[in-house]
Amino acid sequence: MPAIVVALAVFVAFFLGYRYYSKYLAERVYALDKDFVTPAREFEDGVDYVPTNKHILFGHHFTSVAGAAPIVGPAIAVFWGWLPALLWVTLGTIFASGAHDFGSIVVSARHRAQNMGTLTQSIINPRSRTLFLVIIFFLLTLVNAVFSIVIGTLFINNPGAVIPSAAVIPIAIVLGQVFYRLRMGIVVPTTIALVLLYAMIPVGQAFPVTVDPIANALGTDPLVVWVLLIFTYIWFAARLPVWVLLQPRDYINSYQLFVALGVIFLGVAVGFNTIEAPAIRTDLPEGSPFWFPFLFITIACGAISGFHSLVSSGTTSKQLANETDARYIGYMGSLGEGSLALASILACTAGLGAAAVWQENYADFATASAGGVGYFVEGVSTFVGNLGIPAGIGAIFISVVIITFAGTSLDTSVRLQRYVIQEIGQIIRVRLLARNLTLAATLAVLISIGLTLFPGGEVGEFAFGRLWRLFGTTNQLTAGLALTVIALWVFMRGRNPLAPIVPLVFLLTMTTWALFIQLGEFWQDDRLLFVIDAIIFVLALWLIVEAIAAFNRVRRQRRGEQAPAEER
Amino acid sequence: MRRWVELYRKLEEFNDEFMVSRWRSGLQREATQQQDALMAMLFLEALGVPNPTSYYSLELYPEFAEEFHRWHRRMGMNRFPESGFCC
Repeated sequence: MPAIVVALAVFVAFFLGYRYYSKYLAERVYALDKDFVTPAREFEDGVDYVPTNKHILFGHHFTSVAGAAPIVGPAIAVFWGWLPALLWVTLGTIFASGAHDFGSIVVSARHRAQNMGTLTQSIINPRSRTLFLVIIFFLLTLVNAVFSIVIGTLFINNPGAVIPSAAVIPIAIVLGQVFYRLRMGIVVPTTIALVLLYAMIPVGQAFPVTVDPIANALGTDPLVVWVLLIFTYIWFAARLPVWVLLQPRDYINSYQLFVALGVIFLGVAVGFNTIEAPAIRTDLPEGSPFWFPFLFITIACGAISGFHSLVSSGTTSKQLANETDARYIGYMGSLGEGSLALASILACTAGLGAAAVWQENYADFATASAGGVGYFVEGVSTFVGNLGIPAGIGAIFISVVIITFAGTSLDTSVRLQRYVIQEIGQIIRVRLLARNLTLAATLAVLISIGLTLFPGGEVGEFAFGRLWRLFGTTNQLTAGLALTVIALWVFMRGRNPLAPIVPLVFLLTMTTWALFIQLGEFWQDDRLLFVIDAIIFVLALWLIVEAIAAFNRVRRQRRGEQAPAEER
Repeated sequence: MRRWVELYRKLEEFNDEFMVSRWRSGLQREATQQQDALMAMLFLEALGVPNPTSYYSLELYPEFAEEFHRWHRRMGMNRFPESGFCC
């Protein structure tokens, strides 16, 4: 089937989702009120609470929620054929992610723009905040582990991407200096920065960089060397002031994302490539995980991701000028991420050429997991080739996009993890941990390195697929927590909570089921991952208990309120 | 021509806001932390803590007098006890 037909069908479904389902959510479930004074207006202080143009806020929300994850998950999940992945991405985006992201913004805006941690405490119960912190701790550690492997793998597969990816750092630093020190408008510097960045791609191709000599000298895998180098860089980068590197790099990344999406779908439209992979794979190799329930944790970002609730409630809700903007920003942001996941599915099924190549690439789940990102790069380079750009340049271009995205995610994640570790330090009353930011950052990096290097024995091979699935489970549990908050909030107001409850029940069932199956798998040959899986499994059960208890409490409260009314 | 200039200005405003808005509170927090460290270095002597650098930083006091009030309030001291300097 031609990739463009599939792309058009999904875009039509997204359009209908926005036109009808988000309207239903806005009017009947979240009951948006155009006269509601949002926190951005009520507490406007020019710093935290600033009413912001909805298009700017959408740009921020979208680029914050979209990263490397909606690319990696679908690139692995097409192992089960393109149809299950495509259906989960399309339906998940429309019915789960849309309701989750949109709802997180609304509930937060209705509670003085509180973040999700505080909302769990006030809407579910105080105990849930500890649950939230522990889930977030695992989520961030796994983000660090999987993204460091993704970056290292891309550097090894595309050594030409090393120089352009490294060049982003000085380019971003200079851009920040120009903006803040010279107080210049940023249109011209941005254009120069992007031109410079893309000019570095042929330079990178001419001068590929590898760490093989270092790895050989140390007697280790090149991926281990890259992982250690990446974490050393992240440790230093996380200590820099935000404006020096993180902010301008994130800003450049936003433009890179829009350019990449445009180039990919233009290439799909022009090239008319056909999908060569099977719709549903019937010849699964022995010992492979079955798509039900593993598809739903392999693709988290791109269908539904709890990480979005952190962005929606922490930042976006504080800048929401009108409550009715939440529909455009939250729901459209989900559709944007779904589009990125769609691009990944098409690249890995239509961009790799003949069916035999696909069969070889996706021979077994371990190969698919280790190579997924590489196949996406290869597929996109085919699409970019349709526009007359050489495949080698296209491969480096898209590798740089993924690397810079994963790099920014890592940087943000380590920064966040410092605060989580400090907060845990406060709870367990270890003052040194609670007060010393350097110690917290060092611990965050060391724990992440440990989780990257130790499981499975072989980095980037089998361990990556397992770590990715664990990352998916923590992401889905975070989404479960946010959906519980949203559903309870809707239920308390006497409205129909099915829109958040259906994805909540589905996610918790799939995640708990997958965690349970993995317990048996990990027990055989990976005790470290077994322990982590067991802890996350307990967290999932804890979340289910808290959710049921909270719903029962609200139901009793509602009955109590209704009874006197009926008596009257 | 004027229309193009106007359009360019709007694009620049949009872009500047796009660069800043997501990071505004984080940047402000970092700037406040740096400012607090600087204020502590400058005014420790005024709070009764011996500070070997105060002699050299004395001439900066007038520059920071206004900020001093905001700083001691931020640090939890609603009124500065020393008369004639602040509050």
